Amino acid sequence: NRNERRRIGRGKLRLQKWYVALSDTQKKKISREVIQMVLARKPKMCSFLEWRDLKIVYKRYASLYFCCAVEDQENELITLEIIHRYVELLDKYFGSVCELDIIFNFEKAYYILDEFILGGEAQETSKKIVLKAIEQADMLQEEAEAPRSVLEEIGLT
Amino acid sequence: MPAPIRLRELIRTIRTARTQAEEREMIQKECAAIRSSFREEDNTYRCRNVAKLLYMHMLGYPAHFGQLECLKLIASQKFTDKRIGYLGAMLLLDERQDVHLLMTNCIKNDLNHSTQYVQGLALCTLGCMGSSEMCRDLAGEVEKLLKTSNSYLRKKAALCAVHVIRKVPELMEMFLPATKNLLSEKNHGVLHTSVVLLTEMCERSPDMLTHFRKLVPQLVRILKNLIMSGYSPEHDVSGISDPFLQVRILRLLRILGKSDDDSSEAMNDILAQVATNTETSKNVGNAILYETVLTIMDIKSESGLRVLAINILGRFLLNNDKNIRYVALTSLLKTVQTDHNAVQRHRSTIVDCLKDLDVSIKRRAMELSFALVNGNNIRGMMKELLYFLDSCDPEFKADCASGVFLAAEKRWVLQNPTINAGSYVRDDSVPNLIQLITNSVEMHAYTVQRLYKALLDDISQQPLVQVASWCIGEYGDLLVSGQCEEEEPIQVTEDEVLDVLEGLLVSNLSAPVTRGYSLTAIMKLSTRFSSVNRIKKVVSIYGSSIDVELQQRAVEYNALFKKYDHMRPALLERMPIMEKTATNGPTEIVQTNGETESSALDSKHPPSITQPTNQANDLLDLLGGNDVPVIQTALPTKPASAGGELLDLLGDLSLSGGPTPAPAPSVPISQTPFLLDGLSSQPLFNDTAAGIPPMTAYNKNGLKIEFTFERSNPNPNISVITIHASNSTEADMTDFVFQAAVPKTFQLQLLSPSSNIVPALNQGSVTQVIRVLNPQKQQLRMRIKLTYTLKGAPVQDLAEVNNFPPQSWQ
Repeated sequence: NRNERRRIGRGKLRLQKWYVALSDTQKKKISREVIQMVLARKPKMCSFLEWRDLKIVYKRYASLYFCCAVEDQENELITLEIIHRYVELLDKYFGSVCELDIIFNFEKAYYILDEFILGGEAQETSKKIVLKAIEQADMLQEEAEAPRSVLEEIGLT
Repeated sequence: MPAPIRLRELIRTIRTARTQAEEREMIQKECAAIRSSFREEDNTYRCRNVAKLLYMHMLGYPAHFGQLECLKLIASQKFTDKRIGYLGAMLLLDERQDVHLLMTNCIKNDLNHSTQYVQGLALCTLGCMGSSEMCRDLAGEVEKLLKTSNSYLRKKAALCAVHVIRKVPELMEMFLPATKNLLSEKNHGVLHTSVVLLTEMCERSPDMLTHFRKLVPQLVRILKNLIMSGYSPEHDVSGISDPFLQVRILRLLRILGKSDDDSSEAMNDILAQVATNTETSKNVGNAILYETVLTIMDIKSESGLRVLAINILGRFLLNNDKNIRYVALTSLLKTVQTDHNAVQRHRSTIVDCLKDLDVSIKRRAMELSFALVNGNNIRGMMKELLYFLDSCDPEFKADCASGVFLAAEKRWVLQNPTINAGSYVRDDSVPNLIQLITNSVEMHAYTVQRLYKALLDDISQQPLVQVASWCIGEYGDLLVSGQCEEEEPIQVTEDEVLDVLEGLLVSNLSAPVTRGYSLTAIMKLSTRFSSVNRIKKVVSIYGSSIDVELQQRAVEYNALFKKYDHMRPALLERMPIMEKTATNGPTEIVQTNGETESSALDSKHPPSITQPTNQANDLLDLLGGNDVPVIQTALPTKPASAGGELLDLLGDLSLSGGPTPAPAPSVPISQTPFLLDGLSSQPLFNDTAAGIPPMTAYNKNGLKIEFTFERSNPNPNISVITIHASNSTEADMTDFVFQAAVPKTFQLQLLSPSSNIVPALNQGSVTQVIRVLNPQKQQLRMRIKLTYTLKGAPVQDLAEVNNFPPQSWQ
């Protein structure tokens, strides 16, 4: 059961997803603490941190850190695989994803996450199926927007 | 009004800000624009505005004014709106705000929407942040979707159900029927989420667990197929087929097999298969192996399988990947209790991990190493651990040192190297170490010698110096008599020892606490050494020390020399073996020699500090000044109040049973710390002498007073008497005061009573503890005075108590 996951770039939070109910202040505090801890880690250290009664599993991809706070009995190694799978999904979707993609398309990053993970657990283990679902939903979105842009083109806003 | 700027545009603009202030300004400007746009109820651009708001919220700016807008988006018919709306709800809303409940209806409708992607959005949102109320309202819809044939929805419904169950456990039953054929699905997504759902249900309810045990064969089959089936591109991860599903199945099997022989047996083969066939070159394979090991260790597996599991962990320890090593150490730590011998086999690898660069790994290795210490390997292990202690980071030192002591404690061995560890000891471990030393009786001579030598080398490590001083004070006689067996006894004279201790007193390196230890140690040596005059000199010098703490001690010790010399041997005699007062740790241990407050005794300080004049003995007066005089005691003048924190060795010694004016409402019995309290800690009095018969001391007019006895083992001169006062009349006896006087050769202390109301009709009793010091072993006699109020009338009585059983004072 995963509690939160977040992506951190250059010390700035790019995305964060919470699966437990906490106040905004609490979330901010926790984020600050975890960011500090993770950024303090040296390259030779292992990917797991103990924090309060949770474990933080993190992995660095280029300029981004992906962190997951999981409960104590969770399998850390498979959590690393989950993180990796998410990055793969982003990569496939954006085509060689970089940090800017996530910054400018944060809502898409969330949509992808929400197709992969629900309530803290993986809902789909097939990369293909997740990406297909996103694709379909994107098309649905375009269809909905299409009529208006046609009107805009003609000049009838 | 011009169209609000696009999201990407805003992001670009904000990123050009060079300072925090500039960014804030831009944000504020845009927020204002968005606010007015919201006010205009603009449907077209609501979506865009909320998206921008979400971005700003992510940067840390407040966005709560967008909450209602999210709800409007959710209610919209446009998919784009719904997508952003639900995202906004998940980011901005939470169950604390009532606003979130407004979503319920929308979600309900969307759960039944014709488009599965809309249904998906609703399920996702509910499963992510649904409150208990929402879950209650919508559980039925979720349950319906759990039975659909649409795998896209079914898998989401399963996880949504998990969330519902977590929020409202009572609803778990209603999902039971739908789970019937979940595992027959071919779709991996559904399988995975179904296993998660089943796991959740089994973890929460023993009944469910029993019910689902029958699924074990099916789960085994699915797992087998995953392993045996050929390459499946859709689910492949580095050559392994759907590792996520494999891990979840293994976890469910663990839960089902625990404490159940049949289930465990049914999964034995597959576990062995997974354990031996899984590719270990990549993390993903190891993740599966890890889960397998955890399962093997938790169920009732046969021993061969367990050994296999531990060997896997052993191999993990040698893996280059530090994550794997970490995970191995964690698992071994969990199993070391149950499979101690198997883990022992990997001890050398574990000890090697102490040298790892990673802090988390080092810590785990240290914990595991301590767990592995036993009688056979202690010498070798200690060597490694002490080397580790020397070279490890400061953050470890305290825990490692304490671990070393604990290990030593378990073996009752105080070895040479442990003394070195003492320099790293935390301040609060000093009492712990002292206790450890007193308990290793056969090592006293050796210990004091080693510590003395350590002091000669270095007096800067305060905790070590404190322990050393204490030991020298306590065992100085062993030191000078050269009794050490463990190593070559050193020749040291009394003067040399005193030189060292005095050196501590004057050294700039010594902390005030350390000085206190030294002075007390010097004092203790007055009964162990023959050079008493020198000690007297030192003590009197410090009577005018600027350090108030030292001054007080010195003055008291001085008084001990001058007026109470007959008591000095008893006071300063060898410490008995200490018991720990609590299991929580060293800070709970009551220290001796007045170093720390004995909390049990000092709960009520005497209300006034009496002057050092011979106080009229009130009780005697009341008793009519007969031939049972009592020792009066004078008080040493206290220098400016020394914080009142420390136990006064020679504190207030006014006779117990204080003068008549009672400070309302409590009983005016002074809480004078008894002379020997400074040395005897409370727990000692738990040593009861078997079978000293109790006696009735007084029984008149409905008031009965019984005495029960305890002898304190280490000091046979002290008797502990507990009085039990009971009242057989119809009314309560209030303002009950018990006072006692003893003959001249005795010393008496009364502790505070349990209460001053003796309940009527024997419904309870008042207890009070009396401590009697009887150094001359004379027959105990006592005169008691009782005062109380019964039915409004005051009552007073005197009595003599002579029939003490011989065992109580001999």
